[in-house]
Amino acid sequence: MPALDTWVAALLTLCVFSFLYRDNPLYRFAEHLFVGASAGYLLAVQYQNVLRPNVIDKIGHGNLLPLVPLAMGILILGRMWERTSGMARWSLAFYVGIYSGIAVPSYLQAQIFAQLADAVKPFEPGWGAVNSGLVLLGFLSVLAYFYFSSPHGGIHGIAARVGIWFLMVAFGASFGYTVMARVSLLIARMQFLLRDWLHILPSV
Amino acid sequence: MAAGRNGFWQRILGIDRRWIFLLVGIGTALPLIFPVNLPVAASPRVKAAYNAIEAVPEGSRVLMSLDYEPDIMAELQPMSIAVLRHCFRRHLTPIILTLYPAGPGLIERALAVASTAEGAKNYQDYVFLGYKSGNQAVVLGLGENIKGLFPKDFYGASTDSITLMRHVNSFTDFPLLIDLSGSTIADYYIRIGASRYHRPMILGATAVMATDYYPYLSSRQILGLIGGMKGAAEYERLMGIVGDARRGMDAQSLVHVIVVILVLLGNAALFATGGIKPRIGGGS
Repeated sequence: MPALDTWVAALLTLCVFSFLYRDNPLYRFAEHLFVGASAGYLLAVQYQNVLRPNVIDKIGHGNLLPLVPLAMGILILGRMWERTSGMARWSLAFYVGIYSGIAVPSYLQAQIFAQLADAVKPFEPGWGAVNSGLVLLGFLSVLAYFYFSSPHGGIHGIAARVGIWFLMVAFGASFGYTVMARVSLLIARMQFLLRDWLHILPSV
Repeated sequence: MAAGRNGFWQRILGIDRRWIFLLVGIGTALPLIFPVNLPVAASPRVKAAYNAIEAVPEGSRVLMSLDYEPDIMAELQPMSIAVLRHCFRRHLTPIILTLYPAGPGLIERALAVASTAEGAKNYQDYVFLGYKSGNQAVVLGLGENIKGLFPKDFYGASTDSITLMRHVNSFTDFPLLIDLSGSTIADYYIRIGASRYHRPMILGATAVMATDYYPYLSSRQILGLIGGMKGAAEYERLMGIVGDARRGMDAQSLVHVIVVILVLLGNAALFATGGIKPRIGGGS
């Protein structure tokens, strides 16, 4: 006999699947339950994981420094009223500044320079050279496609057209992977329903 | 005759999509109930991830970030179990954390399955630090002071008192980073762990994300890539185990065949009924 939590999960799964037939109150019940439970869970976790250890406990031990980020956090709530909405910008400016400072150098290092270096590295020996050539060709032609400061005519136009083909192949590969991902989600739900709930499949 | 053929294609185009849902549902359920165990071949990307763990000296600690929630557990949970089992089998010590608030429950389940299968024990063979809010800020902090970020582990023990946490307090103390992620958290580990701290890293990603990370394989910023349920099944095959990913591969294959047939049928029907008018000159 499956446990109560398995029954609840299975029935909610079926409620959500019922949307495939058409929109109905069971689906909407499951949807609203999910939104409410997620919001409640997140609030509780963030309180336990962020507010309590970083603010409440520290202030309780006489460390008043957390009052500064707490005040900045409260200022963000100023966006709820028109008269105080300007004050929220101070905290947002701080937040954007800090995160830009963290993100920009690491982004340049890992996602621009390292990728540029890889795109123009010496060709690999043997058949690997074909891959290296394709990478370089794809890199240059897609760059040509996204260069809009001059009309796509002549050699630039041909390169841009080749770039489109590379983009289409990339989108196709992405789409194939996306189908696989969605099917995986369905498989896991089926495994849950057939094994954990109905015991049609042997348990692991 | 031509009108009859056209009628067939019109019926194909007008088919109620709920029949397609039913077909896909049956195509998923049947191979699970009656498996044929189609062969699964490991790709070079997954082999590279496997070999990266094989190359870590026995007894080392590896940092493992399992960043997913129930919505994508179908792909990443079997992957986590397989990689954890590999670590335990190789006598590596995973130091595990998550940056997703709903992650700990899933990780506890994965740890229960993997540790039972390989005979591993908490505090002897692994440490689970739990969840920490902050995403990029946390990854940045992992490079500086792990014990400062996680003064206690998931079960409330002080990380200073945990023997396995001695001498590990930064990315640089780990010979390998493992991130199994369903979001841009993978980017943070690549930018900070792999690129700034030059740590060898392997990545497990959802299938949707996988193509985005191929360039990092090419640039050797990540050593291996496990993509989606298929990647997890390949990893299970390399490990010689049968988990949920391998069990799901028959269904995955059959549904893909159904999808391909439906795409071909739909396109043939469109062309046969003149549904697509070729546009000359690319005008709107």
